[in-house]
Amino acid sequence: MATAPIAEGLFSWPEAPHLIGGSCAGCGTTTFPSQPACPRCTRTSMREVALATRGTLWSWTIQGFEPKAPYTGDGPFAPYGVGYVELAALADGAAAVLVESRLTVAEPGQLHIGDEVELVIVPFRCDADGNELVTFAFRPA
Amino acid sequence: MGAREGVAIVGIGIHPFGRHPGLTGRYQGAYAIRAALADAGIGWPDVQCAFGGSAAAGNPDTLVGDLGLTGLPFVNVYNGCATGGSVLTMAERAVRSGDHDLVLAVGFDKHPRGAFNASSAMSGLGDWYGETGLMLTTQFFAMKIQRYLHDYGLSRDILAKVAAKAFRNGALNPSAWRRRPLTEAEIAASPVLSHPLTQYMFCNPAEGGVALVLCRADQASRYTDRPVYLRAVSFRTRRFGSFEVFSPWLSPERVPGPTAEAAAEAFEKAGIGPDEVDLAQLQDTESGAEIMHMAETGFCRDGDQEALIRDGMTEIGGSLPVNTDGGCLANGEPVGASGLRQVYESVLQLRGQAGSRQVPGEPRVAFTHVYGAPGLSACTVLSR
Repeated sequence: MATAPIAEGLFSWPEAPHLIGGSCAGCGTTTFPSQPACPRCTRTSMREVALATRGTLWSWTIQGFEPKAPYTGDGPFAPYGVGYVELAALADGAAAVLVESRLTVAEPGQLHIGDEVELVIVPFRCDADGNELVTFAFRPA
Repeated sequence: MGAREGVAIVGIGIHPFGRHPGLTGRYQGAYAIRAALADAGIGWPDVQCAFGGSAAAGNPDTLVGDLGLTGLPFVNVYNGCATGGSVLTMAERAVRSGDHDLVLAVGFDKHPRGAFNASSAMSGLGDWYGETGLMLTTQFFAMKIQRYLHDYGLSRDILAKVAAKAFRNGALNPSAWRRRPLTEAEIAASPVLSHPLTQYMFCNPAEGGVALVLCRADQASRYTDRPVYLRAVSFRTRRFGSFEVFSPWLSPERVPGPTAEAAAEAFEKAGIGPDEVDLAQLQDTESGAEIMHMAETGFCRDGDQEALIRDGMTEIGGSLPVNTDGGCLANGEPVGASGLRQVYESVLQLRGQAGSRQVPGEPRVAFTHVYGAPGLSACTVLSR
């Protein structure tokens, strides 16, 4: 059984895991994932950047019911946290960005706007061949 | 521009909202059209042009097979939950441009139970986004109100208060789906679907149909003695920096969203200000949305909602009744129809035909607002 990312191009893994964003060479806008054009200034000169691995929780909720397709989570459903995490600007000029992510915490009492969190790669589900697919999440730092 | 130089609504029809086993969405659309034609005292062959919206219940233009093959242009329109608003936008333009004197707008839908299961690919997003359980409108609304309550120091209690008002109003509306009033305690104690929002604070995908007959305002008296003038319709999409549904990432820059832009443009075009509005229908996908949209549409400042709601401003007898027909919470959400339902309700109220939920004082000006994925909005200003 192998382990594989849920999608290519989202995060670098397993060495020094980080999310892969896009940064506009013109205005510095950071997107996640990377995309071909900048939605702020419309230029088409985006480059890939390694996003910060720690940030602060900007808002959050807890997914309390099992989503329908296209959700592919397997096993018994357990509520999971979802939030926007603010990742700071990078030294190379890429602007700060809020990234939407699963959270490892799903208890309302343990989640607060402004909490420090850090990136973690977590198991998500098994594919038809028994491979474990992993995705990204943030946990309390 | 004076009301009589523009566009009037002279016929309205509705198929009750809810769940209707055995009835197709198309049937409900045709039912609403026949009701609107009867209300205007015209026949289907009189309609010169039509626009229709439906997300999940079939192509609206195929209704000509049921209504009559008259050869008219019939254009299908789709813009997520704001579809009704974009249908009306197109219909209004068709009259205002002078292309047609008498135009029909129709929206209908029929959705399966449970939250909408959106497609990543249809929105230009990677499959991983939906697969990993991030592509739910419910999460967006929960995170938006979570941040809003935090930023403006508002109490979670008002979420249940808004929902209770919706069900109270729905109980007075024969076309509504949910007609049993619920207490704030019942609403707050229902299962938490997406913290801080509970089951009864969310609308549900549902069924229904609405049709409107529009004509040149200077010809309105041919069809009705109580025309309602469509003073303005505005439709906008998001700009960089607005916080919108289905966003895997956001800029930390924050700018007003499409709701604020569409509302401001509609008021400017109409030459009517928010302080002149007598009742408003605001998109209440969940109760927090109604609260935030009150400020985004210009009816109050951010953070003032709690005091205003506690003072009864948004109740039917208040200074600005909001969602007098029970809104999406009590009517459910047939995507193609909701934006037109808001206008149907506004016309009833301005005509003085809203029965036991009639806003007192003979209201003169109404406002409607829909919001849809992935960040677009349509607003209207209507007057007698």
